[in-house]
Amino acid sequence: MCLGIPAKIVELYETNGMKMAKVDFGGVIKEACMEYLPDAKVGEYTIIHVGFGLSILDEQEAMETLDLLKQIDALGDELPGLT
Amino acid sequence: MKYIDEYRDADLTHRLLAQIQKTVTRPWNLMEVCGGQTHSIIRSGLDRMLPAQINLIHGPGCPVCVTPLELVDKAIALAALPEVIFTSYGDMLRVPGSSRDLFAVKATGGDVRIVYSPLDAVQIAKANPNKTVIFFAIGFETTAPANAMAILQARAQGLKNFAVLVSHVTVPAAITALMDSPDVQVDGFLAAGHVCTVMGYWEYEPLAEKYHIPIVITGFEPVDILHGVLDCVQELETGQFEVRNAYARSVTHDGNQPAQAVIRNVFEMTDRAWRGIGVIPMSGYRLRDEFTAFDAEQRFPQIQSIETHESPLCISGLVLQGRKKPDECPAFGKQCTPRTPLGATMVSSEGACAAYFRYGRYLPEMKKDERQ
Repeated sequence: MCLGIPAKIVELYETNGMKMAKVDFGGVIKEACMEYLPDAKVGEYTIIHVGFGLSILDEQEAMETLDLLKQIDALGDELPGLT
Repeated sequence: MKYIDEYRDADLTHRLLAQIQKTVTRPWNLMEVCGGQTHSIIRSGLDRMLPAQINLIHGPGCPVCVTPLELVDKAIALAALPEVIFTSYGDMLRVPGSSRDLFAVKATGGDVRIVYSPLDAVQIAKANPNKTVIFFAIGFETTAPANAMAILQARAQGLKNFAVLVSHVTVPAAITALMDSPDVQVDGFLAAGHVCTVMGYWEYEPLAEKYHIPIVITGFEPVDILHGVLDCVQELETGQFEVRNAYARSVTHDGNQPAQAVIRNVFEMTDRAWRGIGVIPMSGYRLRDEFTAFDAEQRFPQIQSIETHESPLCISGLVLQGRKKPDECPAFGKQCTPRTPLGATMVSSEGACAAYFRYGRYLPEMKKDERQ
């Protein structure tokens, strides 16, 4: 139920006073409500759950975490806290 | 960066597994709270690849599974009314009630419709002014903002024929109930990444402090889950008990503030019965008084008293509390399969029993104890 899938915002508009978006799930375009993401911009990735955007994915945070995880071998046993 | 493939990377997965192996020295019981995480773990085989000392216990984070039988029976009674169009997320339709499920109501002429979003149910209400459209508003905090927005939209559009049957539950109350239970042995939690996307993780800090237990906010892909496991094991091995965030690309400390504001606007905290577990104090949401007009239970008082019958064979309550694994149930894969489920955990795409069945954990060679 709490399934949330990343999608790219391709268009923003308003319907019935609600902020809506067309979002792209790797080629499948669906409509989603963006009312909870007032600062969302076209081109950003969002987690969509039951037709609602819940967060804007933080690219910098994502890259930093992946870089840290990829260093695991280099760091050996002395791995610091990852988060 | 598309936020999917990067987190299914085989090389990174193996590195994380190796690091966990290096870090762990003793047996630990980690509970992944969310059923979506359970399915990801079983689908990707992480349960069989992790060191034997790490026992993943599957948590109660499956809203379909914990929706009490009484409410399922109420939904079935409402859906059978000729003046009603009953709308629901698809998972709920096959959940067994005392005598039948929502699909059986549909098969006998009831107007039962699956919706992808609660806003679709509002549209159905708009298009069918002569019917009452009831939406089965189930879910954890992740789903609550969507369901709340549907109610606000119905009100804004002046729709008098829209109502909701509410069964909303919350994660922190479930963690408290599990930790207070003498039968549940959990050393650390992998908290549900999308619940925390909405709520943040400030609510978990007092829990980690009170129970001296690590809580790691964890995502859903294999790399995310192993990141959560590694952080949790690092804390356990070094005697720490704090909240860490292993899903920082989506989760912030304070969560989504506009979504929390709308939840508070529409719902208030209440005691809720959890199927298989029992009543947990202040563990869910109900509609605030000003939204009583949208409450299906108030609008159809004839469905108030319903006698329920659970299957005597089903042990889903123990599965939901992490006290039994699905394949320890004598009915698993025999009387109980996804085609003929005895309990909701065999139905839902997040139920632990359904995950075990779908990915072959009933086969002896697929059990963790039998490997190596």
